[in-house]
Amino acid sequence: MTNTTQTRHTISILVNDQPGVLQRVSGLFGRRGFNIESITVGQSEEQGLSRMIIVTTGDDKTVEQIEKQLYKIIDVIKVVDLSANPMVGRELALIKVKSEPTARPEIMGLVETFRAAVVDIGTHSLMVQVVGDTEKIDAMIELLSPYGIRELSRTGVTAMIRGNA
Amino acid sequence: MSAQMPEARSTEELKEKWVDKQEVLTGSDILLRSLVLEGVKCVFGYPGGAVLYIYDAMYGFKDFHHVLTRHEQGAIHAADGYARAAGEVGVCIATSGPGATNLVTGIATAYMDSTPLVVITGNVASTLIGTDAFQEADITGITMPITKHSYLVRSVDELPRIIHEAFHIANTGRKGPVLIDIPKDVSAAMTLFQPHTEPVALRGYNPRMIPNKLQVDRLAEAIAQAERPLILAGGGVVYSGGHEALLELVNKTGIPITTTLLGLGGFPSGHEQWLGMPGMHGTFTSNMAIQEADLLISIGARFDDRVTGKLNGFAPKAKIAHIDIDPAEIGKNVKTDIPIVGDVKTVLELLNKTVTHADRADEWRSQLQQWKAEKPFRYKDDYKEDEIGLKPQWVVELLNETTKGEAIVTTDVGQHQMWAAQYYKFNNPRSWITSGGLGTMGFGLPSAIGAQMAKPDRMVISINGDGGIQMCSQELAICAINNIPVKIVILNNQVLGMVRQWQELIYENRYSHIDLAGSPDFVKLAEAYGVKGLRASTKAEARAVWQEAMDTPGPVVIDFVVEKGENVYPMVQQGMTLDQMLMGDE
Repeated sequence: MTNTTQTRHTISILVNDQPGVLQRVSGLFGRRGFNIESITVGQSEEQGLSRMIIVTTGDDKTVEQIEKQLYKIIDVIKVVDLSANPMVGRELALIKVKSEPTARPEIMGLVETFRAAVVDIGTHSLMVQVVGDTEKIDAMIELLSPYGIRELSRTGVTAMIRGNA
Repeated sequence: MSAQMPEARSTEELKEKWVDKQEVLTGSDILLRSLVLEGVKCVFGYPGGAVLYIYDAMYGFKDFHHVLTRHEQGAIHAADGYARAAGEVGVCIATSGPGATNLVTGIATAYMDSTPLVVITGNVASTLIGTDAFQEADITGITMPITKHSYLVRSVDELPRIIHEAFHIANTGRKGPVLIDIPKDVSAAMTLFQPHTEPVALRGYNPRMIPNKLQVDRLAEAIAQAERPLILAGGGVVYSGGHEALLELVNKTGIPITTTLLGLGGFPSGHEQWLGMPGMHGTFTSNMAIQEADLLISIGARFDDRVTGKLNGFAPKAKIAHIDIDPAEIGKNVKTDIPIVGDVKTVLELLNKTVTHADRADEWRSQLQQWKAEKPFRYKDDYKEDEIGLKPQWVVELLNETTKGEAIVTTDVGQHQMWAAQYYKFNNPRSWITSGGLGTMGFGLPSAIGAQMAKPDRMVISINGDGGIQMCSQELAICAINNIPVKIVILNNQVLGMVRQWQELIYENRYSHIDLAGSPDFVKLAEAYGVKGLRASTKAEARAVWQEAMDTPGPVVIDFVVEKGENVYPMVQQGMTLDQMLMGDE
């Protein structure tokens, strides 16, 4: 039986580094009703090819369709559902937190526990940089929100299969 | 036909003429020569500012024929009709902005029905792209969801490679339209012409032709075991050239067969095992066969909703085998037990080597034969020979009888399309040209022009409604000026018939905005273009004018004034399963 429950999938897509390729891929998700939780794009190990990592949710049938439809794009070279394997997924967030000078030590304590870093200090704010899996970043945000988050920017997940695969 | 096609020349000749010479040429000259090297004999197009260099290069150019249509939509539908009739890539050219956007419907039509097209658009100069320049439109962006692939040419040096790739992509795997957008400065720029003739190698594009042998063996085994097997054959049979292999399969196994709208002609309609078309307006026998089958073998068909009816309840008793060149079609709509990815012709030839007669299906065959005899398409027709009144079905039967099913028939979209599909009995592939997937009104006339250009020796009949014919009737000019001898049939019921039918059956006779009063006198319209126009309102007139039309060497418009309230039956209403058919008044 195929699984009809909605699960999160992290899909790696190796594409030709051509103008419009991001539009081809994201457009496909949009028009076929596949959702995109996050999308990251950058250089790959091979010149002329880029790697996109898309986090999506869907049942087995949807994910199978996503893979097959992606392969129909001429500029798509390879599609791998990373979450079918043991994988490392990481994202980075920059969080600007309201902080009067007196509150700084308390916030810096939190940041340290998370192995995050303060990368900028303003007169009334701190900028925190945190790297980790999605859950870790969610937790950092939750802990900082009582102080007042003025601005938040997340990169979305990039990921790789563990080991020699 | 006065539109003379250029003599096809051998690649050696062309090679000598162009390839081996080191010549510096404009992008426009390179485009034209590259098209000829791809085997292009006929191009449909419309000039404009951004393609002026291309049209300048075409001045006096004799190596392919250019047909100037009267609207870009006419050009692309004509290219589509050409491609479907010839089994070659259709080509059209339009200018930037509105020229390009006028192609959009035609591109979507070709995409939905997997027609191979290379669509060439001009664009504003590279330096102006992105500035909202005059007649600028982002046509590669606009058409991304409806093209198999597209190119924005950035340098004249890329042009030969891109054209060669475009033809390869359009005409291999699951076929489809490929767009090449050429900025004006690229068509003017000069470079050394280095033609691309070597095989295309694209890392991201390797259509699977040869199927998994294990799955083919599983299918052969399933056929041997089946008691109620059925073949559902679609457009893929025609596109792959697999019609002979399909006939062999049916003859070997004795499996009954139903052909989808786009599959018509892919199997001879006179064959004992042929059950007709399935789906919304399919035969009783086809639909019941699908619902009762224990093995349904889909061959180059994609389980469109007009074929399946309500998905949950489609072929409930059947094990499903699905043969398709496009892996994404397998399992998309219907859960598949035996998936076979590969070229239909290749798969069938392989299957034919191992398959044996379906011995256990004798009872099934006789059941289907009984239904076929008892429940053919039917309509009530009490009109006497000289009485005013024509049934549209009767007119299609007249066309069928007088041409013995040997004409190429194109249609527009609506009731007349379904009647043509039901009552014209096709014997050959590439003889039935209709917009099945997108359902594009305006397709009938221009696609017939394209088909006639591809097949000058065949009779081409374009069957239209009085609604759709008005969406591209300007192309009558092309028929007249080029003496393209298409027979343009209008089943004129003075109403948007299919909409009327749905409003009658589903919207409780609330006939909203379907009256086509104010349409032109189609005989006079034809005459205004210099095309012969004829009209018939009785059976006797119909026989006479149709004979006259067939005897006329040039184009003819025949306006058949048919009954207004006629509906297409059987009908499976949306949301119903295939066995829930309205049979109409029998």
